[in-house]
Amino acid sequence: MIDTLRLTAEEAAGLLERGEVSGKDLARAYTEAIEARDDEVHAYLRVTGESGEGVPIALKDCITTKGVETTAGSRILEGYVPVFDSTVAARCKEAGLPLLGKTNMDEFAMGSSTENSAFGPSRNPWDPERVPGGSSGGSAAAVAAGLAPWALGSDTGGSIKQPAALCGVVGLRPTYGTVSRYGIVAFASSLDQVGPITKTIRDNALLYRLIGGRDPCDSTTVELSEPVAIPDAEDLKGVRIGIPKELNETEGIAPGVSEVVQASIRLAEELGAEVGETRLPRSVEYGLSCYYLIAPAEASSNLARYDGVRYGHRAEVDGDLTALYERTRWEGFGAEPKRRIMLGTYALSAGYYEAYYGQAQKVRTVIKDEFAAAFEDFDVLVSPTSPTVAFKIGEKAENPLAMYLSDVLTIPPNMAGLPGLSIPCGLSEGLPVGLQLIGPQFSENLLFRVGHALERVLGFDYVPERLR
Amino acid sequence: MAITREDVLHVAKLARLEIPEAEIDGVRDQLGAILEAVGKVGELDLSDVEPTSHPLDLVNVWGEDEPRPSLPREEALKNAPDPADGAFRVPAVGQ
Repeated sequence: MIDTLRLTAEEAAGLLERGEVSGKDLARAYTEAIEARDDEVHAYLRVTGESGEGVPIALKDCITTKGVETTAGSRILEGYVPVFDSTVAARCKEAGLPLLGKTNMDEFAMGSSTENSAFGPSRNPWDPERVPGGSSGGSAAAVAAGLAPWALGSDTGGSIKQPAALCGVVGLRPTYGTVSRYGIVAFASSLDQVGPITKTIRDNALLYRLIGGRDPCDSTTVELSEPVAIPDAEDLKGVRIGIPKELNETEGIAPGVSEVVQASIRLAEELGAEVGETRLPRSVEYGLSCYYLIAPAEASSNLARYDGVRYGHRAEVDGDLTALYERTRWEGFGAEPKRRIMLGTYALSAGYYEAYYGQAQKVRTVIKDEFAAAFEDFDVLVSPTSPTVAFKIGEKAENPLAMYLSDVLTIPPNMAGLPGLSIPCGLSEGLPVGLQLIGPQFSENLLFRVGHALERVLGFDYVPERLR
Repeated sequence: MAITREDVLHVAKLARLEIPEAEIDGVRDQLGAILEAVGKVGELDLSDVEPTSHPLDLVNVWGEDEPRPSLPREEALKNAPDPADGAFRVPAVGQ
């Protein structure tokens, strides 16, 4: 009997390698778990249930899969069956990882709860009345509920780190440029990155190793500066950990979340890390505003392609081509993409460009420089991943600005193109709390090392209490 | 700076969105609230700061100019809402 709630991807690979379990039996264990639990969790938009030689994987629905419907959580792409594979899907295929299914997400990755999915929200496996976070909430919920051994998500403002935190699993947003965006449904191209969501740090490193590296189809990718090391460190001797004051004390961080994060920082100190305080004064105060100008501006351009001509939804109209575009787009997009398209269009329009988009790009330089200064004294920076634990479904759905604040701690490092790892570090109110580890560009190996050493001493049980 | 109904209609036109009359005021209020919040970036004097458009310092990534197989026509048309004569059919441009 395979316990999918407990089994890590690394353990699953071991079972396959030693011939103790067949690929078919392994995939069946997951499809049975999906049948048993996904009516409640709704992690998947569609289940393919393939089996093969490797450890099966779930992919977020913005990851293009040849022959398998890919909607990015939007009605405008309902029924779209891609004729090509994204590079990450192709790399999973080449490594023999069969596709379990496509996971739910906020429409076009715009959201922090999956409530913006056109196909209904996913639910948090720790408490089904609560959101799993977003936008990669389906992938995080699938891993937490034992409905996939591992999964891929995508992260623009925090869409891997925040749902990983809220579901009690590990999520890596890699350095910008290390994972190909070819075939990823685009939201904001200077920020979008694909990354792994897993139960353990070692699983995360194994999956990152498989998807990372330069891709000729995406000229913004680079070769990894060093091979991915699967971590086994037990101490943190010689690691300098900085606590950026603003990223740990900004308004809105729940006291329960702070307590758990501070306790894990003390553990890091016991493991030999040198801990000190640092500052990111303007990155936190201006990061959210900067992001909500740059990301919508890029989105307004990227989402111009949905025109009802070549693929996706087309409205019935009597008028001319412009009328077709306008009605198709109003009908096909949900409220949040429309809001962001209009916001971005406004920020880029004549007369406002300099004050909004141009100014935001300069703020981005300020953020980059502040992080660079902090990394002169520290190797890794830490903070809570999300200011709160998982919130109730519906709690923020009607208030976009309140929802945007869910990413206030993940956005600043993203603006600087930095990698971030969220690891579960304890419970508050019976719900998981995530610790965000931020490193300089291309420091994934160090993040894995620190994460792994902490994971061992934290002893966090990733199986949701109600499912044990 | 308050955003007006005319601004909303102008932006919707630029973005090719057919906004129904009944929704204009609601969209104006929401966009107004968000713009007021993000307008915070204007507080900083950044006249001497260079803008960042991309997180990595990459310049000129060159590739060989080699022909590669492209998508066959029938594949490219597979998801088309209204394919005709090996092309995408659309209503008249400008009526």
